[in-house]
Amino acid sequence: MGATIVEKIFSRKCGSEIRAGEVVMAPIDGAMIHDITGPLAIQKFYEMGGSKVFDPERVIMLFDHQIPADSIPAAENHVYMRKFASEQGIYNYDINEGVCHQVVLEKGRAAPGEIVVGADSHTCMYGATGAFATGIGSTDMGFVLKFGALYFKVPETIRAEVSGKFPKRVGAKDLILSIAADIGADGATYQAIDFAGKTILKLDMSGRMTLCNMAIEMGGKAGIVAPDKITWEYMKGRRKMKSFELASDDDAKFVTKRTYNVSDMEPQVAIPHNVDTGVPVSKVAGTHVDQVFIGSCTNGRFEDLEEAAEVLGKKKFNRKVRVIIIPASRDEYLKTLKAGLIEKFVKAGALVEAPCCGPCMGGAFGLLAPGEVSLSTSNRNFKGRQGSTEGRVYLCSPATAAASAITGVITDPREV
Amino acid sequence: MRVWKFGDDIDTDAIIPGRFLTIYDPKELSKHAFEGTRDEYAKKVKAGDIVVGGRNFGCGSSREHAPLALIGGGVNVVVAQSFARIFFRNSVNVGVLPVVCKEADKIQDGAKITLNLKKGFIEADGKQFKTEQVPGFMQGIIDAGGLVEYAKKLKEVPACTKSQA
Ligand code: SF4
Repeated sequence: MGATIVEKIFSRKCGSEIRAGEVVMAPIDGAMIHDITGPLAIQKFYEMGGSKVFDPERVIMLFDHQIPADSIPAAENHVYMRKFASEQGIYNYDINEGVCHQVVLEKGRAAPGEIVVGADSHTCMYGATGAFATGIGSTDMGFVLKFGALYFKVPETIRAEVSGKFPKRVGAKDLILSIAADIGADGATYQAIDFAGKTILKLDMSGRMTLCNMAIEMGGKAGIVAPDKITWEYMKGRRKMKSFELASDDDAKFVTKRTYNVSDMEPQVAIPHNVDTGVPVSKVAGTHVDQVFIGSCTNGRFEDLEEAAEVLGKKKFNRKVRVIIIPASRDEYLKTLKAGLIEKFVKAGALVEAPCCGPCMGGAFGLLAPGEVSLSTSNRNFKGRQGSTEGRVYLCSPATAAASAITGVITDPREV
Repeated sequence: MRVWKFGDDIDTDAIIPGRFLTIYDPKELSKHAFEGTRDEYAKKVKAGDIVVGGRNFGCGSSREHAPLALIGGGVNVVVAQSFARIFFRNSVNVGVLPVVCKEADKIQDGAKITLNLKKGFIEADGKQFKTEQVPGFMQGIIDAGGLVEYAKKLKEVPACTKSQA
């Protein structure tokens, strides 16, 4: 019997055959901490008797959730982490680079076949490169910082086979919202999702990141796309390594195989307060929105902002809507700037912020008042996620967000 | 010991909202537990009380502030039909015992509850409900009183060693 890509990654790392269901102390190739979960991880590292981290070059540190410091406690957390970085010789990206997951990928700190952990649930995004990547808590991270290894129950894998050609203004976000609605909020708990099929082979890295990012919204331990030409092209200049073959065997044992065809897919919107509620945009079209947020690790890349700009065209954003646009990283910001899109957004009435988590984090800024409605390209619409628990958050693609920001109500991006 | 009953898909934003994540002290966090979701909880929760949820308890972010906010209020056990993966593991690591009970949905809010976990059941308002054991490799962490205590005893961890599932 063949093996899944996840089984292969663990087996490669350990040099012996490892199968789903086995519990193994796996060596860690990269460990990411940010300003929210980092301080506690460092504290735990010390409580465990740690003095030197396992390998400073494998620790990735940056601040993105509360930047520039939005409160004195946040500023203190930053100071605490900076001190740790300099004592340990860890390179700290500080507040300069952007949202953690985007930065990890951009800087080549996760690569095909690696096992990477992050003290953040959306760490599963690095699966876009063919890494096995998963989110962990701060105490587990303290353990990783000390020992450079962590216990894993090697997950079983769901195969999501995607075929068809995306219609205009429909893309990866619409696909993942419809997959989440199909699999359900806990349908992939303890499992990995292997995205495969003709459509995935054609999908760019940005789209693959959007897919893998949201594996956790189904409870998934990891999302993963087998590395191919597109992946290795992306890795060039980011990481010196030779390409190699890594993919699930056709006769691997999957928990389930699910098939999706995107050819007739409509833009999708997830309605409050769960992510697995995706419906075609036509079902909620006309819903009033107070705030539109285009950004986050899910959809804050140049490709996303470019799509939004295309929908915007020469129009203006609706004056009754607060439009907040945040590129996910400095690199993405610069690409957007150079393409003239920042100017276009600002002229159309948007507020463009420097790279950070922004309203997605639900604490720094851009919060909702009771009764307000947000339409967001991020990944979570839980009650209170973006402010008041009496606010409502809808999730959608950058195209749908831009279209709705023009009209002031949820709008099909093919109709503006 | 009373039951604080919650439904399905209780996410970590509901347990502790994002705006309180600069706090790490369990007692301080507990003052904001379930804020906006169930405001009376933080005021009335007592040491030894038990939180009971439905399916997928603790889904969402990896914030360890969530189990810490429970501990801060004296809640050391959470019972649910199923747990989200990261919350389950975080709970074990920080010393909150996550107990899977497939019939947790039948337990009423405010019920008087007693635990007989070694025997594999809990009793709520006189009715018995079966509970499951935690996975083998986590039992050592629970017995040690959490991952910090467990890790203190380890000199090194040989990579690639396998453990009981
Ligand atoms: S953008 Fe949102 S989902 Fe992504 S890391 Fe930041 S807070 Fe988390």
